[in-house]
Amino acid sequence: MGQTVIEKIMGAHTRGDVASGRIVWLELDIRSARDFGGPNVIKNYEREYGESPLADAAKTFFTFDLCAPACSLKYADNQQACRDFARRHGVVVYDVDSGIGSHVLIEEGLAGPNGTVVGTDSHMNILGAVGCFGQGMGDVDIAFAFKTGKTWFEVPATVKVVLKGKPAPGSEAKDLTLFLCRELGTKRLALAAAEFYGEAVNALDLPGRITLCSMITEMAGIVGFIPGGGDKAVFQADPDASYAETVTLDVDGLPPQVAAPPSPNMVKDLSEVRGIRIDSGFIGSCTNGRTEDFERAARILKGRKVKKGVMLKAVPATRRVYEEMLRRGILQTLFESGAIVINPGCGGCAEGHAGLTGKGEVQISSGNRNFPGKQGKGPVYLASPAVVAASALKGEIAGPEDV
Amino acid sequence: MAANMLRGKTWVLSDASGKLIEDIDTDQIFHNAHLHITDIASMGAYALGNLEGWKDFAQKCRPGDFVIAGRNFGAGSSRQQAVDCFIALKVGAILASSFAAIYFRNAVNSGFPVLRIRNLEKIVEAGKLRTGETIEFDMDTGEALNVSRPFRFECVPMSAVQKDIYEAGDLFAYGKKILPE
Repeated sequence: MGQTVIEKIMGAHTRGDVASGRIVWLELDIRSARDFGGPNVIKNYEREYGESPLADAAKTFFTFDLCAPACSLKYADNQQACRDFARRHGVVVYDVDSGIGSHVLIEEGLAGPNGTVVGTDSHMNILGAVGCFGQGMGDVDIAFAFKTGKTWFEVPATVKVVLKGKPAPGSEAKDLTLFLCRELGTKRLALAAAEFYGEAVNALDLPGRITLCSMITEMAGIVGFIPGGGDKAVFQADPDASYAETVTLDVDGLPPQVAAPPSPNMVKDLSEVRGIRIDSGFIGSCTNGRTEDFERAARILKGRKVKKGVMLKAVPATRRVYEEMLRRGILQTLFESGAIVINPGCGGCAEGHAGLTGKGEVQISSGNRNFPGKQGKGPVYLASPAVVAASALKGEIAGPEDV
Repeated sequence: MAANMLRGKTWVLSDASGKLIEDIDTDQIFHNAHLHITDIASMGAYALGNLEGWKDFAQKCRPGDFVIAGRNFGAGSSRQQAVDCFIALKVGAILASSFAAIYFRNAVNSGFPVLRIRNLEKIVEAGKLRTGETIEFDMDTGEALNVSRPFRFECVPMSAVQKDIYEAGDLFAYGKKILPE
């Protein structure tokens, strides 16, 4: 019987049968904790294992991205507690200058094809973009992984998603992703791995793949892969692999998509929400915080000004992205347009520095969640960086063709 | 009573119209504004603190009570606090149509009882399971009874690994049993 991608990755990291539904003990290539979750991981670790050594310090990392540098005394304390633990155990810390942990792991080559990586980040499955099984976990799991290098996991069923056709020229990876949220909701991929096929996904560059794979969490899936890109280094599903379901969707001529509050699955065509007044825009997050995302925004912002009274907040995903933006003049374009550029990190997603909304403040964001109250009391719309940039210029939801 | 039988009073997480709330996410369960808290005992006060209609849950809930929720409970973040806040309140169990994957693992790993109820939407719609009623269920067989009516229904029993971890106490205790030092 042939295997799906997730079955192959899990099979390479465990002994025994990896048929879907089986519980397996997985060997973990990398385990990590952030400034959120990290302090709780340490607490668990020290309570259970005292000062005894980690399974492998060289495979263990801290990544600070949530509140970086600390914007409250509590986060400052928590980050320092992680640094102290890291020093005692010989663990590398990607500190508050580094940016979003999952992205740093890709940039550093720590998360790569066919690997297994866990961390205290529910979007760790973003690593599916490079053919890696990434998984977010709570602090009990991660403390256990620090100590043992292993985790138990139920091998998920795989859903095959085939996309037919080519999105409209103005649409980008985020529009495709939001369309999938719209079509698949939180039911079709629930608790499953997904494999995406078709010209529209094969054409995506790495940032585009990151965007798509980052929102599998919002579809209640475990992880998503895009195996058909011709990269021989990543596991391919066997022709006779067994799928729980095959979903075929037509994306031909897909226009830009926007998720309306209060859920990432409340997705509409841009034309249905065009003209809604906004107070702020946010470009960044693990979903759309790469250089290419800012480049698309900069193309729209160049030579124009953010509408008076509108805040446009920009948060590069990582320090490397920040450097590229600096080198390519993207930072300057953003600055001159009136955008507020902040140091790398998660931004407003978890009460970080930028992206929080006050009561009544309408925000359009390139992020991945708009659940009620998550980033403050204001309603949040989710869209591509290009749509966020255009909206910031107009002071209302708009597409690039409207400016 | 059987070894893994639990009994308690229910809080059915429904909206103003009486419908089960679906996709309750971790920011509604335990808002990110409180993520810096590492002491479990301090987490209880914030349980469901951002869920419309349920913000006073921490005051209303009594030790041993059960939470009953709609599908995809615990969507969103990987935060253990969204489980720990119920442990802090000594909630007896969470029963839902379904759970988000990470949330379910986090509960299992903490040795906290979580089970899926089959056909929960229909049961609630038919008025056969309401807040304040007493139910009991067997985690090994999935057999469940609304004692207050009475009305029988079914849960999905614990998986083998869930049972092992639950009976050991938590993932740490289980790990010490099965993995060599």
